[in-house]
Amino acid sequence: MTALTRRETFLLGAAAMIPASAVEAQETPRRGGVLTVHFATEQRILNPSLQASTGVYIVGGKMQEALLDLDAQGNPVGVLAESWESAPDGLTHVFRLRRGVTWHDGRPFTSADVQFTAMEMWKKILNYGTTLQQFLTEVQTPDPHTAIFKYERPMPQGLLLRALPDLGYISPKHIFETGDIRQNPANTAPVGTGPFKFVQYERGQFIIAERNPNYWRNNQPYLDRVVWRVVGDRAAAAAQLESGQILFSPYSSLAIADLQRLGRDPRFEATTRGNEGNVRTNTLEFNFRNPILADIRVRRAIAHSLNVPFFIENFLGPFAKPGTGPIPSISTDYYPTEAMPQYGFDAALANRLLDEAGHRRGAGGVRFSLRLLPAPWGEDIALWATFIQQSLQQVGIRVEVVRNDAAGFLRSVYNEHAFDLASGWHQYRSDPAVSTTVWYRSGSPRGAPWTNQWGWTDARIDGIIDAAATEVDPVKRKALYADFVRAVQTELPLWMPIEQIFVSVFNRRIRNAGNNPRWASSTWHDTWLAS
Amino acid sequence: MRILRLALRRLAASLPTLLLILAGMFLLLQLAPGDTVDALMAQMGGGDAALAEDLRRFYGLDVGIAAQLWNYLTRLATLDLGFSAIYGKPVATVILERLPPTILLMVSALSFAFFFGLLLGVLAARRVNRWPDTLISTLGLLFYATPSFWFGLMAIVLFSVYLQWLPAGGFYDITMGYTGLAAVLDIARHLVLPTLTLGLIFLAIYLRIMRASMLEVLSLDFVRTARAKGLTETRVVARHVLRNAMLPMVTLIGLQAGTMLGGSVVVESVFALPGLGRLAYESVVQRDLNTLLGIVFVSALLVIAINFVVDILYARLDPRISAES
Repeated sequence: MTALTRRETFLLGAAAMIPASAVEAQETPRRGGVLTVHFATEQRILNPSLQASTGVYIVGGKMQEALLDLDAQGNPVGVLAESWESAPDGLTHVFRLRRGVTWHDGRPFTSADVQFTAMEMWKKILNYGTTLQQFLTEVQTPDPHTAIFKYERPMPQGLLLRALPDLGYISPKHIFETGDIRQNPANTAPVGTGPFKFVQYERGQFIIAERNPNYWRNNQPYLDRVVWRVVGDRAAAAAQLESGQILFSPYSSLAIADLQRLGRDPRFEATTRGNEGNVRTNTLEFNFRNPILADIRVRRAIAHSLNVPFFIENFLGPFAKPGTGPIPSISTDYYPTEAMPQYGFDAALANRLLDEAGHRRGAGGVRFSLRLLPAPWGEDIALWATFIQQSLQQVGIRVEVVRNDAAGFLRSVYNEHAFDLASGWHQYRSDPAVSTTVWYRSGSPRGAPWTNQWGWTDARIDGIIDAAATEVDPVKRKALYADFVRAVQTELPLWMPIEQIFVSVFNRRIRNAGNNPRWASSTWHDTWLAS
Repeated sequence: MRILRLALRRLAASLPTLLLILAGMFLLLQLAPGDTVDALMAQMGGGDAALAEDLRRFYGLDVGIAAQLWNYLTRLATLDLGFSAIYGKPVATVILERLPPTILLMVSALSFAFFFGLLLGVLAARRVNRWPDTLISTLGLLFYATPSFWFGLMAIVLFSVYLQWLPAGGFYDITMGYTGLAAVLDIARHLVLPTLTLGLIFLAIYLRIMRASMLEVLSLDFVRTARAKGLTETRVVARHVLRNAMLPMVTLIGLQAGTMLGGSVVVESVFALPGLGRLAYESVVQRDLNTLLGIVFVSALLVIAINFVVDILYARLDPRISAES
């Protein structure tokens, strides 16, 4: 019941924000100006056809474009593709490409570029793309403006269209066809079709892109330049926002306290608007190789010991809410309509379950000890780990928190399985088949991060996941995902009790900011700066 | 010529140490769980196992540790520092790009600390146990006890956010595109706060050393002789005491130059400066062995060079010490 009230409050808050941006949209766009952007974690490459991550989209997504993007309502809208249609069997998908589009070096954009990118990059190198396009057999190019995707197994249109805004960036064939794709210099000096042209990249300092005068959308973009400043220290980045050196900080890159403080400052807006497509849930992962945790009563007891609403209210503030399962409430297409099994805070029940499982309190009231490995990204994970440690102490479970850096965390949890509990983020990427069901599907090879490495297998759940991935009927697909959520919420191989949307901090001079659900990743063709 | 011979001999003597440091670093980093592909996976937000295998081959991690170390050392013998995993460029290029800001920051912070440390140390020694001495010593202690990141952040809040006198970070203003003198002034403006932040801590050490050293020399016989000759106090201090009191300061500079090269991670992060410290930190987090070993190599060379210069300075300051002995 509490959860529902919270969600309502949240939605009301979101609705209240809409009029402000609607008013802004009626102003006449002003040309010119430099948009300075906070770039918190430098990436090895900037090419979104080769690496699917927000750190790449925030830069490369202004220079290169995808076949599709999402519109203000979150529906797929054509960018390099103008229209598309799919055969009823889901084996053939036709994309009609935009005419008159040129690469930054003047060469025309054609279906050959789409074919090359899909077969050589998405299918072979792009993370998540390799899984999504696993059954892509060929891309036919009957003419320069048509690309026909052929699949070996049915590909649901909904899945493809929802995945392509992130996993559908096109790279120029004429630049990449010779030599090793990974070592191509264009990976750090992108050549694209986008509204901004790459100018300069000084590692550890900044990246500059300037207006593309031949952009296919007439009279756009409005900005003269976009400059990304590399600032790793969160407090320093907040200071640069305040001194005006940075106008936009994406993806919750500041300290939680600074996000709340800047949100109260009239010069800035701290909001989840424009990040609805980038929702994440906090996880609690169980290692079934530890016989204590293989007992479902213990897993449920742990879940019942954690007062999630209390934690959110006191540590995360208004940008988080209790989660209800692996599919977040923002996913209108797949969020289950009926109620799913939940684990509310109930310490008495937790104690009873632990007693039933045969773990009586021993010396000092301790039943048993567990190692908890929190992921090093995100202040919220560190806080959540401490909260778990202290809450479980109340029910007689001693928790040792083992903190590692990124490489160490991934290696220990997903390769060496040297953990009892682990906690990090699950990122929901528009469709459960992209990066959600892999957390539950058995058979992932050892070492693949963010996959089922729990030592847990459930043939029935595997079956639901596989059926949903190739189900072309949207209604049946939604029903299958409801079955999936019910099953995993009952079995609880891992728990996703908190839902968060990334927070952006905008200087209020930025107009048309956050006007689509993946704004920080999108092209910024209509963004402009008020004087 | 003599100096050159001396320099070469010094370098040859340091080679075994250098080798030991590099191999030690390499093995130490093997102890940290995870490799550069794990770090890349963390950055990408995931990928399948086949992709990871592919990447390990790409970064040359599919052979054993001994083979990797051997490959590295044989390449180093031809002065090839290898290829940086994070930057996709030769390590030598990456380090060369980062050297100017690091050296600029180091030289300006050290000069600031040395000059004012000397001045304040002399002042405190001449007014020993009176209020100027107490004031200077207390201030020194305060600077020494303050963590540099806090000092840096507070300086940013005051001078950049509230007063808006100085930029909050970065090495130069990229939106303006200055050239010539304007560019030099722009860089200088960006370096004021980092220099102060880094310099103040060292200043505290220098002033205490200088004060103690002055007090010691002031009580020696030759100073009494100088005073007996009828020289003014200022002349005694400037000509006779200062030169002799400088020796510990010069020793300290030699030692600290090394620390400053690697030790400015905090200041570089707070002020978003593209220096070697941040590069080293990033290479550890990203498990980029080549880059990290490259930095260790270059830093070690720099430290050897600086200590060589210090030895020569000793001989200049005190003829009783010969650089060759």
